[in-house]
Amino acid sequence: MGTFHQGRDPLHGITVVVETDGPELYVGRCDDVDERGVILHDADVHRGGEGEAPRAKYLENATRFGVWKKFDRIVVPRARVTAIRRLGEL
Amino acid sequence: MPYSPLLVRPMREELSSIGVQELLTAADVDQWMSETSGTAMLVVNSVCGCAAGMARPGVRAALESEHRPDRVATVFAGQDLEATARARGYIADIPPSSPSIALWKDGELVYFLPRHRIEGRSADQVAADLQAAFAEHRAVVA
Repeated sequence: MGTFHQGRDPLHGITVVVETDGPELYVGRCDDVDERGVILHDADVHRGGEGEAPRAKYLENATRFGVWKKFDRIVVPRARVTAIRRLGEL
Repeated sequence: MPYSPLLVRPMREELSSIGVQELLTAADVDQWMSETSGTAMLVVNSVCGCAAGMARPGVRAALESEHRPDRVATVFAGQDLEATARARGYIADIPPSSPSIALWKDGELVYFLPRHRIEGRSADQVAADLQAAFAEHRAVVA
């Protein structure tokens, strides 16, 4: 059964980890990548703040089970993105 | 808004045709979950072909394993809303995703395959993961 999402970025529908030039790390299902940045659905953000798990532990949990969404949809600005990786490949 | 039942039917039948029990209501889920002996696998089916397109054939292939679970059922995310919500209540510590697959042994959740570990993989790879889980958690005859 094919998808219904032709014409989108190859990462469309894939759960990705988006690293930024700041402390924020986003995990979500990629909808598209365009001139605005990376558009994520059902996304969570890890800022490394007080009360949050260390980044490595956060990623370990995300890799095992996924993330609890904080945003239905969010755009990570292109200028801030330093890397995009598939969560399933971590 | 759910997709047309006509569109979804073949996605349901891909599992139901091999004996996977469809759980259509919360009561169906509760009834299925109330039996706790042995091994039980629940497939959270979904429309999106990005992952579900490999999950269903992966499940079909995995169930050819000699260690297949004693009971196998499915709920359809985005379609059977009440049943899916109730099923997710039994794995409430795990973020919801679809498709995904959960395996219980004697009532204890022992394995979970989230959507992101299905995306971009082949049906054979998904089947291999599931068969490894079946083998690891197979019932041991006393």
